[in-house]
Amino acid sequence: MISFLGKQLKNPLVLASGILGNSCDILTRVHDAGCGLVTMKSIGPAPRDGHKNPTVIDLGYGMINAVGLPSPGYAHMDAEWQALEDRDFPLNASIYGGSVEEFSRVARFVSARHPDFIEINISCPNSDCHGMLFGVDEKAAHAVTAAVKKVIEVPLIAKLTPAAPDIGRIARACEDAGADAICAVNTAGPGMVIDIETKMPVLAFKKGGLSGPMIKPIAIRCVYDIFRAVSIPIIGVGGITTGEDAVEMFMAGATLVGMGSAVRYRGIQVFDLVNRELNNWLAAHETTREAVIGAAHHPAGRTTHDPVSIAKDLSSQYRKNTP
Amino acid sequence: MIFDQKPVMARVAGKTMHNPYFTTLFFDFAINFHPGQFIMVWIPGVDEKPYTISFHEKDRFGITIEAKGIFSRRAATLTPGDMVGIRGPFGNGFDIIASPHAAVVAGGCGMAPLAPLVERLDPNLFFVHGARTKDFILYPRRFAAKRHFTTDDGSLGHRGFVTDLLAAEIKRRMDQAQPQFDMVYACGPEVMMHAVFTLCEVNGIPCQVSLERYMRCGFGVCGACVCSDRVVCTDGPVFHSDQLQKMTDFNRTALLKSGQPVALSEYVSWRCQ
Ligand SMILES: Cc1cc2nc3c(=O)[nH]c(=O)nc-3n(C[C@H](O)[C@H](O)[C@H](O)COP(=O)(O)OP(=O)(O)OC[C@H]3O[C@@H](n4cnc5c(N)ncnc54)[C@H](O)[C@@H]3O)c2cc1C
Ligand SMILES: Cc1cc2nc3c(=O)[nH]c(=O)nc-3n(C[C@H](O)[C@H](O)[C@H](O)COP(=O)(O)O)c2cc1C
Ligand code: FES
Repeated sequence: MISFLGKQLKNPLVLASGILGNSCDILTRVHDAGCGLVTMKSIGPAPRDGHKNPTVIDLGYGMINAVGLPSPGYAHMDAEWQALEDRDFPLNASIYGGSVEEFSRVARFVSARHPDFIEINISCPNSDCHGMLFGVDEKAAHAVTAAVKKVIEVPLIAKLTPAAPDIGRIARACEDAGADAICAVNTAGPGMVIDIETKMPVLAFKKGGLSGPMIKPIAIRCVYDIFRAVSIPIIGVGGITTGEDAVEMFMAGATLVGMGSAVRYRGIQVFDLVNRELNNWLAAHETTREAVIGAAHHPAGRTTHDPVSIAKDLSSQYRKNTP
Repeated sequence: MIFDQKPVMARVAGKTMHNPYFTTLFFDFAINFHPGQFIMVWIPGVDEKPYTISFHEKDRFGITIEAKGIFSRRAATLTPGDMVGIRGPFGNGFDIIASPHAAVVAGGCGMAPLAPLVERLDPNLFFVHGARTKDFILYPRRFAAKRHFTTDDGSLGHRGFVTDLLAAEIKRRMDQAQPQFDMVYACGPEVMMHAVFTLCEVNGIPCQVSLERYMRCGFGVCGACVCSDRVVCTDGPVFHSDQLQKMTDFNRTALLKSGQPVALSEYVSWRCQ
C-alpha cells in the first residue's frame, strides 16, 4: 500500500484522465486490472459533444487527439455519480471550466459527490477557451487553483501542460495557491498531421495534443523541472508504457506514474504488466520505489539507495521547500 | 495494405446501389480481415464513422451503408474515383464454428457484418433475415445457403419477427430430437439482438451478437463506446452470451457523443448535428 495525500493506494500506477471515460463499471475494471488510482475523464460545466471525427489517430509512436472535451456536464451524470459513490477503489475526478467561476461551480458540485481527489485540468489544448490559458500563465494558474481549493473538501491536484514556457513556475504557483499535488503532463503540442493525398489536416479540429511514447522525453523533463520547484508530490504522466519507463519517471521526481496511451499499445492489462515489470526492476536493482524517486537529481556518481540520506540530500540541495 | 494507424487514402473502385436505402462501396485493397471486424471511414471535410466490412476478397473489400444521417447520406453519394480515408480493421470479429448446426439471424443492415460470416459457415446453417419490407432486403441473390425472410408488412416471407422463425426452429429441433444449434449469430437492432439472446438463454444455446456504440478512436482509448465494463471497439463489437449476461447496459443504456448515458431508445433516435 502506498499512502498518497492521506489515501491508501494499492500501487503507484494511475489511469490518466480522458482514457476510457467515466462510467463506474469500466473504472472498476481498470482498478481490477492493477491500477492504483483511476482518474475520470474531465467533467465540464455543461453538456458538450466535443469535436467531429477524426478525433483520435494513432501514429504508432504515440497518438494525436482533439476530442474536444466532450462531457455530459457535471449535473447530468446522476446515475454514474450514484454508482461511483458506492465504489471500492480510489477515484480522482478531473474537471474543467472556461473561467474561474465555472471551475469553482463544477468543483463544488463534484466535491460533494466524494471523489478521493479532484484534479483541475488547466491544460487541455483541444478547445478554444477551456483550460489551456490557465496552464501557461502563473497568475491565472494561481487564481483558479486558489478558487477551487476554497470550495472543495478533498485534496486538489493541478494538471499542467508541457506547453508552459516554464512549467516549474506554474507548478510553484499552484502549490502556493494550495494545490496538494501536481499531475504532469497533459498532451504536448499541439501538433498536426496532414494527409498529403487530400491536402487536408486529418483531425477535424486540425490541431491536436500529442501523447504516448513520442512525448516521454518532454514529460520526463517537465517532471524533473517541477520536482525542483515544488515540495508537493507529482503524478508523472506522458509516454509511459513499461516498468522501465515508470522507473525513469520516478527518477525524474514522480511519486505516482500515470498512463493513458499505453492502454492502446498494451491493453487494459498494461497496469498489471507495468506493475510486474516495475517490481522486477526494483528487485533486480535491490532498491525501492521510494529510493528512486528523484534519484536523477543526485550529484553525478551518487549511487546510494538509502532513502533517508537521499531525501535529506535533496531537501537541502535542491528542493525549495522541505516537507 | 491498410493499417490501423493514420487513415490510408483509398479511391472508391466500384459502387452498387442496392435500393434507395443501401449502397455498397468497393475498394481495391488487400485488407487483413476477420468477419465481424470494422473499419473507420473518413470522408475528408465531413466526418469519420465505423463500418463493418461486408464483402471481402483477396484484393478487394466493400462496405454497405444505410443512408440515415449527414455522414451516411454523403457516403452513399460517393462515386468511383472519390477518395476516402480508412483505418482498421478494428475489433474482434465472430468466432466461427465448423458445425452445420449454426443459425444466423440478421435484422435490416445487420446483414452487412453477417454476410462474410455466412460465406464461411457450413452452408447447411439456419439463416433468417428480417427487414421492414421486401425493398429493404439486402443482397437478395448473394448466398448459396437457403435464407428465410421476415418482413414487418408481410411483403416477403413471414410477417413478423425473426425471432418467430428462430423460436420455431429451435422447438422443431427439440421436438424431433434433432441436434440443437451449437451457436446462434445475430446482428441488427439491439432490441432484436436482445430478443435473440433471451431466446437462446432460455434454451441453453450460446450466441454471439455484434453491438454498436458511438465511436471515436476505434482502438480502446477514448471510452466513447463503453458498454458496462466492456469496450465495444476492442473487446467487441462481437460479444458472446457469457459476456452479455453480465452487461447490464446491453439493450438498456448507451453513451451519447457527450458521454452522457441514456436509454437505448434515446440513443438510437439521436442524430449528429
Ligand atoms: C462497429 C460498428 C459497425 C457498423 N457497421 C455499419 C455498417 O456496416 N453499415 C451501416 O450502415 N452502419 C454501420 N454502423 C453504424 C454507422 O456507423 C452509423 O449508422 C453512422 O455513423 C451514421 O452516421 P450518420 O452521420 O449518417 O448518422 P447520424 O445522424 O450521425 O447518426 C445516426 C446513428 O448512428 C450512430 N452513430 C453516429 N455516429 C456514430 C459514430 N461515430 N460511431 C458509431 N455510431 C454512430 C448513432 O446511433 C446515431 O443515432 C456501424 C457502427 C458500429 C459501431
Ligand atoms: C483520447 C485522449 C483524451 C484525453 N482527455 C483528457 C482529459 O479529458 N483531461 C485531461 O486532463 N487529460 C486528457 N488527456 C491527456 C492524458 O490524460 C495524458 O495526460 C496524456 O495523454 C499523456 O499521457 P500518455 O502519454 O500516457 O497518454 C487525454 C488524452 C487522450 C489520448
Ligand atoms: S471508440 Fe474509443 S474506446 Fe472505443
